Formats: sequence, structure tokens, C-alpha cells
Amino acid sequence: MARIRPRLAVWKFASCDGCQLSLLDCEDELLEIAGEIEIAHFLEATRATVEGPYDLSLVEGSVTTAHDAARIQEVRKQSRFLITIGACATAGGIQALRNFADVREYAAIVYARLDYIQTLATSTAIADHVKVDFELRGCPISTRQLVETISAFLAGRKPQTPPHSVCVECKIAGNLCVMVGHGTPCLGPVTHAGCGALCPSYNRGCYGCYGPMETPNAPSLSAWLGKLGMDEDALKRVYRTFNANADAFREESERHDR
Amino acid sequence: MIVKTIKVDQLARVEGEGALKVVARDGVVQSAELNIFEPPRFFEAFLRDRMYSEAPDITARICGICPVAYQMSAIHAMENALGVVVDGPLRDLRRLLYCGEWIESHTLHVYMLHAPDFLGYAGAIEMARDHADIVRRGLNLKKAGNAIIALLGGREIHPINVRVGGFYRAPRRRELQPLAEELKRARDGALATVRWTSGFDFPDVARDYEFVALRGEREYPFNQGRIVSSRGLDIAAAEYDEHFEESHVEHSTALHAHIKARGAYLTGPLARYALNAASLSPIAREAARDAGLGPVCANPFRSIIVRSVEVLYACDEALRIIDDYQEPERPAVEIEPRVGTGYAATEAPRGMLYHRYRLNADGKIADARIVPPTSQNQPSIEEDLKTFANAWLDLPDDALRHRCEQTIRNHDPCISCATHFLRLDVDRGG
Repeated sequence: MARIRPRLAVWKFASCDGCQLSLLDCEDELLEIAGEIEIAHFLEATRATVEGPYDLSLVEGSVTTAHDAARIQEVRKQSRFLITIGACATAGGIQALRNFADVREYAAIVYARLDYIQTLATSTAIADHVKVDFELRGCPISTRQLVETISAFLAGRKPQTPPHSVCVECKIAGNLCVMVGHGTPCLGPVTHAGCGALCPSYNRGCYGCYGPMETPNAPSLSAWLGKLGMDEDALKRVYRTFNANADAFREESERHDR
Repeated sequence: MIVKTIKVDQLARVEGEGALKVVARDGVVQSAELNIFEPPRFFEAFLRDRMYSEAPDITARICGICPVAYQMSAIHAMENALGVVVDGPLRDLRRLLYCGEWIESHTLHVYMLHAPDFLGYAGAIEMARDHADIVRRGLNLKKAGNAIIALLGGREIHPINVRVGGFYRAPRRRELQPLAEELKRARDGALATVRWTSGFDFPDVARDYEFVALRGEREYPFNQGRIVSSRGLDIAAAEYDEHFEESHVEHSTALHAHIKARGAYLTGPLARYALNAASLSPIAREAARDAGLGPVCANPFRSIIVRSVEVLYACDEALRIIDDYQEPERPAVEIEPRVGTGYAATEAPRGMLYHRYRLNADGKIADARIVPPTSQNQPSIEEDLKTFANAWLDLPDDALRHRCEQTIRNHDPCISCATHFLRLDVDRGG
């Protein structure tokens, strides 16, 4: 008799599909994962779908329509565990830039017929709507952390995703600090680890795609960035990218938006 | 009157969220609609007042499957506005990066999204139960493409190392050598892929498309070239707006792109191949010939073979670039902001992608226009459905529905990309 495998569902809300793709990008592990888990709903990968309930739901994307606000409630009801993957699901994503603007003006820039547009004034994280069991950060998430998270779920333990800043990863990688070493503005001190200090390893400052770390001191970093020549507008913009609606980044961007 | 409606409420194995609806009356297809319910994300709006240098990272987030296409198009358009030409090894590295994206994205489509249709599986994971070696070959090939992007770009999805003017860090020659070993194996895998896909059973259909693609002087197009068509169009990217338009059609709230005065056109592998086959490398040309493609392939179901040929070409081209690579003196050229308008079109795996930006003197973006390939292909996809479905109306509903889905997947639509797509109000058709 076939053993009963946990049922996995992958859901998409407003997003670029990149975090779901991270699962298909686990080229070395994909077939092994598929052996341990029943992929019950994953439309990007297969037409075959199995009705819920599901043991584990991975949710990508943010809530930007009334339809999606209702749909996430259904997904929650169908899921024993619900994990959000990526900056959209965890912080509203790049599309949360509308939260700082008038969405009708945005729509008028892009579209001819405003009466056809069905959208909310905001883009919000999944946790603003339903209980979330775990949030995996990143724009995009790291495939390594995704495999760790799924493995942890299978083993019934908490995923190991360190809460410290990118700075710690830079030290581990043996990088020269780009800010101290060559005066390049960097969000590393306030950004959640997970990427392995990618940007500084390529001689570039971190742009915060993993969102705020657990205890960031953004005002202090902003003072340093100001000394490196960033004006108020630049400071506002640097916190307003892929995690613009995460509390610490939103608050700091608003401090420079007066 | 007999009314038959075939609906698929949510298309599988495409990027993003879409649906399709075909309505037939008395045995004749009346309408065919590709329904897109991807929520709007407003990229063109929030690019305003951002610095020119931020556009590559922001536009990458339009699509997780083809971020390189967005980065390259934004960068080339910005350089066009700023009067900068990037040549030599930096240009070659950009070609190499694009090779990586073609290999990764095309292989994903060939093995995981499209082939299961021909072999009768719901998806690649189900296919792996019977054809584990083939699926592993696909995963290895895809991995080789991702390895290029990860090395040059820092990571596979939303690369971090590209910038207007060049790169943040250029790779050393010795860093590229391990890639070459992987790519030689990938080239063998790609050749096997062409042979594998050319043996599939294809419906005997064709359409008289107007093909639109870039054409380089001597090279198969990635980043640059004139926009040409199979009906005589031959323009610079800066002239795109004069010849193409987007409209809000009544049955769909999605914007459709058309060639002014003529209508629907097709971009993507079939178009690139029809307009550039002579520029393929010898190994890719030979594989195309052995696969029976001919100089033009107008059967969209056979696009899977053309895609496989392009993967083979991209492996071969990547090896050539790595072999010839000389480290540049600096990873990027200097940029000075100025007022200007810049235009660029590049070849995303699924078709041509057009960007236009107007810049202020301080380097901030005054306005942006992005026309993704799926927006351009949507009218042709609907015409495919309308034309082909007539011949299939006698099939049982399930088989007909599957054929219609497959007809859409032929063009690898990238729905999240299509920033102009909106929710569609379905016309029930009586």
C-alpha cells in the first residue's frame, strides 16, 4: 500500500511568479521533494489538482483585489500550515508602492479605461488577512531556504532561517564592508539575512530585498547614508522598493517624505 | 441552434493566471478568448520619479521567469537615452547572460510546461514516473542556464549584478571555465532535446502569421537589432511607436498590440527562427534541418522544436563567448545623467520586449512604457484558437479543452509579465 504523503499546495496572488519558480529551480532536489510530498495543487507545474484540505500551503504574492482578499480566506481554511514565500506575500511586494500614492492616478498612467479596473487601493501582506504559520523572506526567496523550510515541515521542526542582518553574512563571506571600504551606500545593517550577502559580494550595496531584520535601527543607518551623500529623496526611495510596506522600512521612508 | 462552450477556468503550466473560453454555434467557432485575471501591478506608474539606475532592478520584478529580458531592455533603453554605447567584452557578457535566460526559460517550457501535453501527462513530475531520465536531462539543462545567470548575475531570479553601463563586477576568465565544462554537457543534452521533441506527434496545422523579431547584422538576436517582419517591416526600436499600437478591445479588458493598419502579429521563437535562421551556429542549423523544420515553421505546435533549437544555439553561443572572453578593464562605463528619451527592444525567450523611457536632467524617469511579448502575442493566440478549434469541434469536450489549452501553451505566455492585462468580463455568447 502506498504511504500517505503530506499534501502540498502552491498558491499565487499578485506577484511575478519568481518565488514559485524557486521550487522548480531546485533542480537537484525537485524529484526527491516530489517523492516525499504529494503535489496536490501547483498550477505552474501541473494540470492535475487534488481537492483540499492540504497539509502545507505555500503562498506567493500579495492581496490587491477584493476577489483575492476573499480567496486567501478559502486558502487558509483549506490549509493545516500556511507559509508565505517572498516579499510580496510577506510585505506586499513592489506593488505596495501604490500604498504611498493614489491608485487611480497610477491606473490612469497605465490604462485607458479606468472603469475596467478592479483593484484595491493597497497591496498588503498575507498576514494582514489571515494567520500565517511562517514567513520566508526575500525577493526572490532563496532556493536553499525553501528546501530547508519544506524539510523542516516534513520533520515537524521550526525552519532554520537566521534572524540576523546581512552584515553577519558579509563577515561569514569574508567580504570587505562596502560602506566602510569604498563608501558605497548599503542597507545590509538593517536587512534580514538569507541571500548570503549577495550584493556586497559583487561590489554593490545591499538594496534590502529580504526586508527588515528583526531589530533594525534604520534611523541610525539613514544618518550614515546621509553622510555618504544621500539626500532626503534618495533615502525615501532606498527604503521603498520590494519591501516598501514592511513596518520598519515604511516608517523610515515616511520619515524622509516630508 | 447548438451552442457549445469550452472553458478552462484556470490554465495550468503557464506563467501567471489566465483562463480561456471558446464559443461555437452550429459547429462554427464564434469567438475565442484568452482571459487574463492577473491583477494589475502598475509598473509603468511607479517607475516615475525613480532614478534611471533603479529601472533594471524594478522592472526585473515584472517577471520571475524572464527577469534578464526586463533588465537588458531597461538598460539598453537607458543607455540609448543617455547616449552611451557599451561594447566589447561587456556586450559579450550581456549576450552570455541572455544565453543563460534562454536556456533556463526555454528548457522550463519545453520539459515542464509543454512536453507533457504531447506525451499525455498532467505535468513533468507525473512524466518523471515513466521518463525519469528525460526529466533529469531537462533539469540538468535548465540548471546549466541558471548556472550562467547565477555566476554573471549573482542569482537565478532577479539578478543583482547588472547595471546601466555594464556590471557591478565583471567575472575573471578562470571563473568562467567551470561553466564551460557544464555547458559542453548541456550542448549534448540540448541536441538530444531537439531530436526528442522532433519525434512528437504534431497536429497538421499552420497559420499565415506576420512574424516580428529583431535582426542583428550577423548574429542571432538577443539584445540588439532592427525590428523586422515577414511582411517587410524594417525599423529601429525608436520607431516602434510609429508602427505598433495597443488598443483596449471590447471583448477583453486586456490591451492588445497590433501593427497599425495590419493587425495581429507574432513574436517569439517561430518569428526569430523565420527571420534569423541563417544566423544560427552550424550545429543549431544542422539540428534544425535534421528535425525537418525548413526555413520557416508556421505550425505553432512545432514551436517546441524551434525552442529546443534555440536552447542548442544558446549553449553553443555561450561556449563561444566564454572561449573568446577577455576581461574588461572596468566593469562599467561612466554615466552622466541628461535629458533624453531612450528606446530598446530585446528578445525575451517568449518574444520581443519593448521599453521606452523619458528622462529628466537629474536622471529621474519622467515616463515609462513597457510592451511585453505576451501582450503582443495575445491577438495571434486568440486567432490560433479560433482557427484551429473549428477542426476539433467533434472531439469530446475533455480532448477539445486540452487541445485549446495546448494551443495557448504553444506560445509560452507569460501572464505576470503582461503588465497591461486586466480582468476580463466574459461575454456568455448567448
